[in-house]
Amino acid sequence: MANQGVVKSAAMGAPKPVSRRGRKQRGAVRWLVLALMLALLALTLFPFVLALINAVKTGPDYAANGPLSIPTSIQFDALAKFWDMADYSRKLLNSTLISAGVSVLAVLLSLLSAYALGIGEVRGSSVILAMLLLGTMVPQESIVYPIYYMAKAVGLYDTQLAVIIVIAVLQSAFGTYLLASVMSTFPREILEAAEIDGASRWEILINVVVPIMRPTLMVLGTFFFIWTWNEFLIPVVMLVSNDNQTVSVAMGLTRGQNLSDPILQAAASLLGIAPTVIFFLIFQRTLTRGVAAGAVK
Amino acid sequence: MAAALPAFHSRRGYYLYLLPGTIGLTLIVLIPQIANFVLSFTAWKGVGTPRWVGLQNYQRLLTDDQFWGSMWNTLLFMVSMTLIPVVIGLILASVLFDYIRDQFGERLSSLFRAGFYLPQILPVTAAGVLWGWILSPIGIVNSVLEALGLGALTQNWIGDASFALPAVSLMIVWIQVGYCLVVFMAGLSRIDPALYEAAQLDGAGWWQRFFSITIPMLAPEIFVVVLTTLIHALKVFAPIFVLTVGGPDNATMVPSYLTYYHFFTTQRVGYAAAIATVQMILTMGLAVIFLRFQARQSEARG
Repeated sequence: MANQGVVKSAAMGAPKPVSRRGRKQRGAVRWLVLALMLALLALTLFPFVLALINAVKTGPDYAANGPLSIPTSIQFDALAKFWDMADYSRKLLNSTLISAGVSVLAVLLSLLSAYALGIGEVRGSSVILAMLLLGTMVPQESIVYPIYYMAKAVGLYDTQLAVIIVIAVLQSAFGTYLLASVMSTFPREILEAAEIDGASRWEILINVVVPIMRPTLMVLGTFFFIWTWNEFLIPVVMLVSNDNQTVSVAMGLTRGQNLSDPILQAAASLLGIAPTVIFFLIFQRTLTRGVAAGAVK
Repeated sequence: MAAALPAFHSRRGYYLYLLPGTIGLTLIVLIPQIANFVLSFTAWKGVGTPRWVGLQNYQRLLTDDQFWGSMWNTLLFMVSMTLIPVVIGLILASVLFDYIRDQFGERLSSLFRAGFYLPQILPVTAAGVLWGWILSPIGIVNSVLEALGLGALTQNWIGDASFALPAVSLMIVWIQVGYCLVVFMAGLSRIDPALYEAAQLDGAGWWQRFFSITIPMLAPEIFVVVLTTLIHALKVFAPIFVLTVGGPDNATMVPSYLTYYHFFTTQRVGYAAAIATVQMILTMGLAVIFLRFQARQSEARG
């Protein structure tokens, strides 16, 4: 589920950490609170652990000891079986291509529009921004059929290109909104200095604005990537052939129907969640660190 | 300044930069939106020429139990998308921010935050496969109940009409808490610690500080999170698609799944377009409230 509030606070730069206050308390309460929070965290992470320990169990082990026991021996048969069954390498490749494509295209579109709105401050900027914000909230259900029909009419149905274009445009509404609000605080002196040096608008965008905005653009691109990876409605409607489908669609179509084997279900879950968990671990810092701080002071 | 740099302030040249985005949004959002609206007044199977039927689709909606059931379920999903995650998120954020961080350090509180946030970044369909397995008749919940000697309480959680909706809601809460938590923690770092210190000196306990400082000071974040999650609640789709397909017996039917079903399974495109239009109007209603709030906020900030 795309949650844009988080990006906004990440990309706008986290406020300075507040000075540490208060002395340390002593006593049992402190440990009780910690224990309670740890228990809640364990509960939240429990499903991940379950998928992990059961995906590598043997059938007899599961039958004898149930899903809650630690595996007595480790085997990757179920993972390999689901991998083949779902043609998972292909799905990973498709998801990566589509997400990367959207990420680049959407950042580019957002950058161009935001330049006109945030720095150019063209007439009607604030109305356009409000419209964009409305655009980010439009339910995809109310545009999906005409898009599906149009894609069929122009021969782009069941192509990854169609999915890339549609999702990139949808996400650029938010990207434009965000970048325009960051750019509206862009130091005017720098722009004016470049102008005096005889730089054209395009040169100012490429040589001045983009380098300074780079950290923000990277964060935006990273979020676009993950959101696209998780997109479901548009890809499931547009990509009917198995060879074009994404991880998210493959998972949606798994639906446990052919997976009466619980170990295979655990393996499918594990493979479905693993890529995003890995991104999260890699990009956690990028995603949570403020980026405005890296820009001009 | 402005007079010295007339070229910079002529805004004409910037319109060119708006062109790609405008073309894109017109083709992908504006035209389809209008087309969908027009289609909602027609009967159409997706091929041939749509036949104009006026308000007939909307009249049929008024008496369609499946539609009203889906609306009612949306209200119930607002509890698991918004109400419960916001309450849990507020308490967790506040404990992490002003207790765990103080007592055990920044590192540990960030670790907690990352852990609670993790379910939020998964593809919902993958989370659905995971939970479908956890909630299945031979799944984890039932195994735990049996291990605890409560075998009598085991259920076919997703397959039973009276448990399916709470079962799906459980997964949604699991996904949503992280979002609320992260936004609230970012908001908390904006609050002046002197406020808490003063309250502490006055002898206010943790809950008192929670209700009289944290909640009022976080009002803007709470408002934003409530509205965005309410909008998401109107569009619950993937969890239903993966876990229940709207069943059993329509117990978990939602408008998004209903439109998908009529667009692509029964091919009643006009009727589906009417449901999607209702969804769009409700969403825009919430979105307009959101925009007006944002405008007021930025005015207040000056």
